Amino acid sequence: MTDIPFLSLAIWIPILGGLLVLASGPDRNAWMARMVALLTAIFGLAVSLPLYFRFDTATAAMQFVELRSWIIEFNINYHLGVDGLSVWFVLLNSFITLLVVIAGWQVIQSRVAQYMAAFLIMSGLMNGIFAALDGVLFYVFFEASLIPLYLVIGVWGGPGRVHAAIKFFLFTLAGSLPMLLALLYLYSVTGSFEILDWHRAALSMTEQSLIFFAFLAAFGVKVPMWPVHTWLPDAHVEAPTGGSVVLAAIALKLGAYGFVRFSLPVAPDAAMAYAPLVIALSLIAVVYIGFVALVQADMKKLVAYSSISHMGFVTLGFFMLNPLGVEGALIQMISHGFVSAAMFLCIGVLYERMHSRQIADYGGVVNTMPKFAAFFMLFAMANCGLPATSGFVGEFTVILGAVQYNFWIGLLAATTLILGAAYTLWMYKRVVFGAVANEQVAQLADIGAREFFFLAVLAACVLAMGVYPFPFTEVMHTSVTELLRHVYTGKLL
Amino acid sequence: MDMQTLYLLVPLAPLAGAIAAGLFGKLIGRTGAHLAAIAGVLVAFLASVLIFQDVEAGNTFNGALYTWMQAGGVDFKIGFLIDKLTVLMMLVVTFVSLMVHIYTIGYMAGDPGYQRFFSYISLFTFSMLMLVMSNNFLQLFFGWEAVGLVSYLLIGFWYERPTAIHANLKAFLVNRVGDFGFLLGIGLILAYTGSLDYQTVFDNSQELAAQEMPGTGWPLLTTICICLFIGAMGKSAQVPLHVWLPDSMEGPTPISALIHAATMVTAGIFMVARMSPLFELSEGALSFVLVIGATTALFMGFLGIVQNDIKRVVAYSTLSQLGYMTVALGVSAYSAAVFHLMTHAFFKALLFLGAGSVIIGMHHDQDMRNMGGLWKYMPVTWITSLLGTLALIGAPGFSGFYSKDSIIEAVHASSIPGADYALFCVLAGVFVTAFYSFRMYFLVFHGKARFGQPHGQDGDHDDSGGHRHGLAPGQKPHESPLTVTLPLILLAIPSVLIGLFTIGPLLFGEWFGEAIFVGGNHAALDEMAKSFQGWQQMTIHGLMGIPSGLALAGVVTAWVFYILWPGAPAVIRRTFGAVHTLLENKYYFDRFNEIVFAAGARLLGNGLWKQGDQGLIDGVGVAASARLVTLAARIASLFQTGRLYQYAFTMIAGVFVLLTFWLFLARHGV
Repeated sequence: MTDIPFLSLAIWIPILGGLLVLASGPDRNAWMARMVALLTAIFGLAVSLPLYFRFDTATAAMQFVELRSWIIEFNINYHLGVDGLSVWFVLLNSFITLLVVIAGWQVIQSRVAQYMAAFLIMSGLMNGIFAALDGVLFYVFFEASLIPLYLVIGVWGGPGRVHAAIKFFLFTLAGSLPMLLALLYLYSVTGSFEILDWHRAALSMTEQSLIFFAFLAAFGVKVPMWPVHTWLPDAHVEAPTGGSVVLAAIALKLGAYGFVRFSLPVAPDAAMAYAPLVIALSLIAVVYIGFVALVQADMKKLVAYSSISHMGFVTLGFFMLNPLGVEGALIQMISHGFVSAAMFLCIGVLYERMHSRQIADYGGVVNTMPKFAAFFMLFAMANCGLPATSGFVGEFTVILGAVQYNFWIGLLAATTLILGAAYTLWMYKRVVFGAVANEQVAQLADIGAREFFFLAVLAACVLAMGVYPFPFTEVMHTSVTELLRHVYTGKLL
Repeated sequence: MDMQTLYLLVPLAPLAGAIAAGLFGKLIGRTGAHLAAIAGVLVAFLASVLIFQDVEAGNTFNGALYTWMQAGGVDFKIGFLIDKLTVLMMLVVTFVSLMVHIYTIGYMAGDPGYQRFFSYISLFTFSMLMLVMSNNFLQLFFGWEAVGLVSYLLIGFWYERPTAIHANLKAFLVNRVGDFGFLLGIGLILAYTGSLDYQTVFDNSQELAAQEMPGTGWPLLTTICICLFIGAMGKSAQVPLHVWLPDSMEGPTPISALIHAATMVTAGIFMVARMSPLFELSEGALSFVLVIGATTALFMGFLGIVQNDIKRVVAYSTLSQLGYMTVALGVSAYSAAVFHLMTHAFFKALLFLGAGSVIIGMHHDQDMRNMGGLWKYMPVTWITSLLGTLALIGAPGFSGFYSKDSIIEAVHASSIPGADYALFCVLAGVFVTAFYSFRMYFLVFHGKARFGQPHGQDGDHDDSGGHRHGLAPGQKPHESPLTVTLPLILLAIPSVLIGLFTIGPLLFGEWFGEAIFVGGNHAALDEMAKSFQGWQQMTIHGLMGIPSGLALAGVVTAWVFYILWPGAPAVIRRTFGAVHTLLENKYYFDRFNEIVFAAGARLLGNGLWKQGDQGLIDGVGVAASARLVTLAARIASLFQTGRLYQYAFTMIAGVFVLLTFWLFLARHGV
């Protein structure tokens, strides 16, 4: 379709730009690091945009394909491509990276070059995950992307950062080891590392089951699903704002993406058989975590738990295996990218001024920061799924799909309407509304131009997607239909 | 201008006003903001009048504006359905909204949030219009939640007051409980008809009625209708989801009139009327609606008797009147429900705005025990409030008489389960309504002047400012400015006259046409139509009817208690202490919710967090593999050099070592 290797550009521009930023050296050259990082991020987003505008919605086949042999001996290829399931996440990732660079502009004052470089490299690696069509390539990107995030938490994080970083690292690593075995096993069966070959390979139920659970371990931890979610609140609390944004907006999507790229198409019969298990875990995430979020005293923990609950909708949607569910889940992933990023950025704005994330330290912020309060209100409403915001679209579609699938599952999923509103707006009330609570709140300065800019951009995204989600779902249909056809056909020997 | 552009103009003009006042409020200033907002609503009102004429001429419209989203093979569209029912609602909404906009100039003058307030009420008008003009469930839900949002923002308008921000959170959450049911109903509709378009769904109503819910044996359509009605119970504040409405009085008075009396709270009534082709096929759902409505109509009325805050009396009266409308829905008298909705919108908006005028006159004291004898000082407010009160109690000739009497007649003619109970409730409710309404009227406008006394009661107040509330000793109340009294006069006219002009066509004629469907077995109104001989006859007949007698008894009782023998209420309170305590505590609904739901949810959340997450998963789960983790951590710490290259390199190298090792084994046939 095109000769320009957009996917390679989207991967390597941030990585090379990141290395260039590293080369700018110590903090006295911080301005240079920032400028290079900004330009790289803008450029990275610019080369991602054609992926949407030149996307052919009529085919479920991979597009923007690049294929070069890499390690001929083992039949490992540098094989890239995107379809309707993955294209949005490359865009989302490049977009969020730009916001993170802008958000970290003044906040980060030590090791600026390393900070910016970590995010840029991470961005390139994550684009690689979404674009990889070769199992080894995928695995390399998947594991390598852990490192910069680990560093971001471990170096620029809060007081408990080391514990949190290790917990994060070990959870995700423990999850991905079974996946490595599954990948190697698939190679031994097919003689190929091509993911698309694996989709076609016939497998017995036992094989599929083992592979399914291996993937479930890897992706379930990443999403994260109950009960392997406890690393996430810890990681968020310690991570700097930018780290939380990328963690919530992109890193969690990696696991969810893995389900539609690997679990469902590679082990469709097992996925059907074990779908009730995943649905049960997802519903626990929605309801149980909703209650846990309610009682959090730390804003970041609260939003972290809210993320887990919202990601529960994603896994729920996928494993109902109906078109509404799967498309709703994909929409929810994009929307959660915007909304969780916005929520963490809002908390970051407050944290920079007050150096506290405790809800009890706030109260009456609206009196001193009215502009901020307006943005925060919009994002809070998006977080509780109010119509005309992006948060509504995914939740609504998944709930409709769930009622179609089984009324009682729909009923449990719909409790998020109450729980989500309860924990989000109760927090908002205690932090933003009320009379000025203390001297520090009285001293707060409203958001400046830079903060206004990134919050406004996210607000525009949240509203645009809420009012007109058509362009977002348009690219998904063919791929989702094909995926479900494939799953229902099955591949037993 | 073609009609479709006109349709579009109706919601978009207020939206433009909201954006102008909200985002550019500072730029255009106070006058600019209220001019922009009022212009938007005025345009919407005029366009609605034109559309009304067009619909009268026999033109209706049902079509999509744009495809909002395609997902899972379903087209989700935004579109309009313009018929008699819609256009009536459009007129009511835009007219009351216009009055409230004008009133706000006077009422909110001096408030620092002036522009913000105009932005919100215009945004509300937009949302409400989207709700009533919708031709599909998606947009209905959109409008439904959007009006809830604006209501939330407006109840908490004075965000520094703890009571206000408690009330708005409560309102949002209770409404969300209703929306939870509503969304499930919508989900069932989509699951079984494959569409969210009203017309398509109505065309399939017979098939829905014939099915059962898998696994439960429940009739499908009854389940759908009850789910939808739970949404209506939240929005239209029916027992037990009514608890948010009295507290919503924390918001400024203009929005109590617009949102919490005339329009938003009637959305549930409108929705059920719109869904009449579904509800008509489910006797079970109608009975459910009837019993809930009747309970609300009577028992919320009782609570109005013990309130001392002027706005709260009107609020409980709103609850009770919404109960009447719901009762009408339950007996399939949809047109009577919408008729009462319309008359109520006018006289209740009038009563609220009148109460607001009194509050201004009293310098933001809302306690009726500090009022009395105000008729001398506030003549316009006095007369218009009297007219509104007469309309509310259903005095023959006033608009409320025609709508309320029709409901009572319809209940009388109905034979569905629960109709006897409902008849008792609505008849007893007439007495109660008359009693609390005139109790308020006498306490405020007649009797001994109790204001300006140094030991005045500390009532609730309706202002954010820090200045002292109430009148200082010797100070007299004063009539409100023209921007306040003009809307009172303009609302008083329909409050008196709209009933007699419209009852014939609206209730007994074919005016609604196909917009409302009534099954052949529920034709109570048709029976009544046979004996209907014009409003004059009905008025004369009504003068001698039981309801009028009950209303008169209520007025006389109020007169005895509050004018003739003011010591009587204290005696009654002592004699029936238990009943009074029950009413004072509003049947303990709030206490119950706070203990069971609010505290219960926190307890559960803490339990799951401390015992589940921290205890079981992190504690036991991680402890079991503690040694492994420590070991791994120690190994991992060896690699903690802090250099990015080394991490990346080690990781990639690790993969290759593993791969090579495995391939080596594979080649050698192990």
